[in-house]
Amino acid sequence: MISLAGRDILHTWGKFVFTGIGLGLLIGVTLVMAGVYRGMVDDGKALLDNSGADLWVVQQDTLGPYAEPSSVNDDVYRTLLAMPGVAQAANVTYLTMQVGSAENEVRAMVVGIAPGSPGTTPGWPPYLVAGRQITRGHYEAVVDIAAGFKVGDRFAIRRNYYTVVGMTRRMVSSSGDPMVFIPLKDAQEAQFLRDNDAIWQSRRRSAANPAFNRPGVPGLLDAVITSQSSNTFVNAVLVTLEPGHAPEEVAAAIRRWKRLTVYTRSQMEGILVGKLIATSSRQIAMFLVILAVVSAAIVAFIIYSLTMDKIREIAVLKLIGTRNCTIAAMIMQQSLALGVIGFVVGKISATFSAPVFPKYVLLTPMDSVAGFFAVLAICILASLVAIRMALMVDPAEAIG
Amino acid sequence: MSRKGIHIEGISKTYGEGNTAVHALKDVSMLVAPGEVVGLIGPSGSGKSTLLKCLGAVIEPTAGRMTLGDEVIYDDGWQVRDLRALRRDKIGFVFQAPYLIPFLDATDNIALLPMLAGVPNAAARARALELLTALDVQHRAEAMPSQLSGGEQQRVSIARGLVNRPPVILADEPTAPLDSERAMAVVRILNDMARKLETAIIVVTHDEKIIPTFKRIYHIRDGVTHEEVGEGRSF
Repeated sequence: MISLAGRDILHTWGKFVFTGIGLGLLIGVTLVMAGVYRGMVDDGKALLDNSGADLWVVQQDTLGPYAEPSSVNDDVYRTLLAMPGVAQAANVTYLTMQVGSAENEVRAMVVGIAPGSPGTTPGWPPYLVAGRQITRGHYEAVVDIAAGFKVGDRFAIRRNYYTVVGMTRRMVSSSGDPMVFIPLKDAQEAQFLRDNDAIWQSRRRSAANPAFNRPGVPGLLDAVITSQSSNTFVNAVLVTLEPGHAPEEVAAAIRRWKRLTVYTRSQMEGILVGKLIATSSRQIAMFLVILAVVSAAIVAFIIYSLTMDKIREIAVLKLIGTRNCTIAAMIMQQSLALGVIGFVVGKISATFSAPVFPKYVLLTPMDSVAGFFAVLAICILASLVAIRMALMVDPAEAIG
Repeated sequence: MSRKGIHIEGISKTYGEGNTAVHALKDVSMLVAPGEVVGLIGPSGSGKSTLLKCLGAVIEPTAGRMTLGDEVIYDDGWQVRDLRALRRDKIGFVFQAPYLIPFLDATDNIALLPMLAGVPNAAARARALELLTALDVQHRAEAMPSQLSGGEQQRVSIARGLVNRPPVILADEPTAPLDSERAMAVVRILNDMARKLETAIIVVTHDEKIIPTFKRIYHIRDGVTHEEVGEGRSF
């Protein structure tokens, strides 16, 4: 038996191909939307992977350091090092801000890393693609390649200038901002650095406060002012575990004895995916639903129109004895062919356009497979209206 | 099935009920023998199309009896369960316009019917080519319908009606879109095929040119038929 659908497609291939291209661009947008979501999740996981931590110790009852602000004293890590099962503990700060030079300004996540070495001290960029790691205590930076800097460039964070000494890759925040690694002390200063006027006003207020400026207590005011002008807080302490220790057990001990909140890798992943990007993922899901409905409407309309164009031929086919299932199969196969053409075009357009997007778009094979079957399902559903109409055609219409 | 043509007795068709009932056919009887081509003529609204639809098992008569060869297909109710298969295997249709499937070439337009009946593609195409040769359009076997002239399209349409070698062919104004020369050619083909394949052919027509070619003519008016012996003029 010849393929009626195949012959019809070959006969009107131009209409099919151009409709398929139009549908394909829509499918391409859908695949990219799914890729944006996957990219967000992957960015979040990359953030956790690259930190090199097994546990995140943060301020009590917060979801820090990525989803909520968190402040922990910068000497807490010393006590954590004494806990059973803790191999390494290192302070870290995270600050999302605009960084840049006259030529290049980007939104970046500035990470303050404690002195140490990559591979042993958590928080350090685990690998470089150019240059070297930070070796000085101040004003050096390792930046993600997506920031647009190169080794030797200088850029400003608040009032201080930093020199790029190393480049890394795929070090991004959960929102896709490239990371800029600087020494911890610089980062602590940058977090709370105030302008000169604000410092002067603060000192004046402290001097005017009789509680700080008591007659007969020399040195108190100076001590208060010194305290106000320094920052002894970090956002979190990253902890790595010794082999053979379960993260949950060590985390429970820290919670109990240090009265801090501790998250394991899986809990932190849950916070990033389930809370930080939850709204964005719902937004994307809504777009996916809308795009699926629009795709279905387009396929339904096209197949309906193509069937309407053949209504007399369908009546003749029915009159000369063609079974309903043959006619239904012809329409459904055409719809599926349109979907396949659309999917191929969509997949190609998504693959080529994904790198152009400013945020990371991750096109996974499983999403493509799921998308393919979703397109087929949509095409089958969309063809039902045309099939129903074709089956209602009276063969008598072919006669006079 | 032996070839005994088509025989209808007392066929009636009424649309609607009560005061609004329309009696489209009233006690129509007709016998067309194998190899015979008869004309069915009548003014618009006389019941020609209704009779054709009843004969083609497209609509159900209200009463009567219809025999195709030895098989009673209607006797105050359909006696055949699968009317679609009946139409496919035992009734050929030739329409006023050729109504060829636009995305199939001439051969496949003809071969589609046997293929639908389960005949292998190669055999179905061979049968189609045989008919195209008999109808002198074998040189257009691979042409699409849009590439065929009106006369060629109608010949392909006739071949489609004949391809399953049905005992009866119903031709609905097959010469209407053709000029005199081509119209006569089509009638000649129908007569030749009726003779060769022992097929009973009923031609519904308004075409004054071809009416004298029928040996028997059924006039239909207000749902009632009258038989008349025609001139049977040779071509």
